[in-house]
Amino acid sequence: MLVELTVNGEWKSADCPPETTLLKFLREHLMLTGAKLGCDVGDCGTCTVIVDGESYNSCLMLAARAAGRDVTTIEGLADSQGVHPIQEAFEELGSLQCGFCGPGMIMSAKNLLDKNPTASRHEIKDALSGNLCRCTGYTKIIEAIEGAGRVMSSDKYPQSNTF
Amino acid sequence: MSRDMMPHFELIQPSDMDNAFEVLERYGEGAWKLAGGQDSYDWFKDRVKRPQAVVDLNGIEELKGIRETPEGVEIGALTTLAEIAESDLITGSFSLLAQAASRVASPQIRNVGTIGGNVCQDARCWYYRAGMDCYRAGGNTCYADTPEGMNREHCIYGADRCVAVSPSDTAPVLVALDASMVIRNSARERIVAAQDFFIGPDVNIERMTVLEPGEILTAIRIPSTWAGSTFYFEKVADRNVWDFPLVNIAAAIKMSGNTIEDIRIACAGVECVPRRLTVVEDVVRGSSRDEETADLAASSAARGAIPLNFNHFKIPLLENLVRRAIRDS
Repeated sequence: MLVELTVNGEWKSADCPPETTLLKFLREHLMLTGAKLGCDVGDCGTCTVIVDGESYNSCLMLAARAAGRDVTTIEGLADSQGVHPIQEAFEELGSLQCGFCGPGMIMSAKNLLDKNPTASRHEIKDALSGNLCRCTGYTKIIEAIEGAGRVMSSDKYPQSNTF
Repeated sequence: MSRDMMPHFELIQPSDMDNAFEVLERYGEGAWKLAGGQDSYDWFKDRVKRPQAVVDLNGIEELKGIRETPEGVEIGALTTLAEIAESDLITGSFSLLAQAASRVASPQIRNVGTIGGNVCQDARCWYYRAGMDCYRAGGNTCYADTPEGMNREHCIYGADRCVAVSPSDTAPVLVALDASMVIRNSARERIVAAQDFFIGPDVNIERMTVLEPGEILTAIRIPSTWAGSTFYFEKVADRNVWDFPLVNIAAAIKMSGNTIEDIRIACAGVECVPRRLTVVEDVVRGSSRDEETADLAASSAARGAIPLNFNHFKIPLLENLVRRAIRDS
């Protein structure tokens, strides 16, 4: 079946079998391999993407259910001008070790900060509760998101920045 | 096994109920009703269930949304758990349900998982989910209830060949709030009390609910009977997120001063159906809410329980949850 959708602001389409998950669609049909396949059952959250302003496990969503919708993946966060404040904060603090959870962590964090850039530590933990990291113990990840939130809530941060 | 792969199926996305019933009828046994899919995809990925056609109900608008009615609140079966957790109508009058919905799985899953799916999800026994030929799967053995069987998560009530439990966080809430389920097929609509919606293995070992193959759960109605009561919800699980409850508890209490005028209390994780604790209700009704009443309630909570090899801990767990529900609500 033909699936057409917006990915990171670009209209994309590809033909795929109906049983294709959004994750497989992104990785194997659109060659966007940022979202990762971890547990395959919704436990780890490394496949997290944002669809129409909400975070989803792309391994537990049919590509067909994302048709016509607006999908943001980790590839949509950085451009030639620079990286997203969350990515910058992760880099500065060394929030990742192996990095496999990173795309999901950052998308969950972005989904939270887009709605609430002044989120408390408790709210950050809540928003990340569906994402597992087996290296870091989460401390630096949470600190980075707090820092990114401060950047995103400052007057200097362009509010029109959609990615 | 290759991962993130599902066996091929036809995907049908009806846009109205008539169309959905027509498709369900056409494919009969080969049809699979898909809501949020968070239970379904596990089955498909494990290749245990291989439907010919998956009928995605998400395009049917009338199955979605939360509406105020003269009798209370009506929640479309395809309303997501996240919407319920954040709805002003629900957090205002039935915060018990909002609390339970916010404790299901993870944020990502609550954004797509529906209340209809949460109450209709299949048994979570891993022997059954792994595709073993147990009683529930049409075989003639229960792998969980054997001397070596891993049954830490299984039932302490109502074992009847199968020892799986109701894994839902919202189901005991619906029982406690006297909710009713609206079920339709192509010809008629029927209303079933939440308490009668769930069925144990003694009634039908291959199903968890009264829902027939050609039927669709369209909505859940919550009467205003318990609106704004004193509520208590608690879920105990090995992991706070994503995991199913070992035991959860949902209570709605009507207080008059410090006296418990009336109460509904139910739990999941102990029986194949959400278990209403009528003995506890009888014990505390009319009593003052204090430590003594809470102790009395706790001591009556697990009466008649028959634990399996590895789940004796569920008895004190249930007792303590009941104690807290009465004392701390």
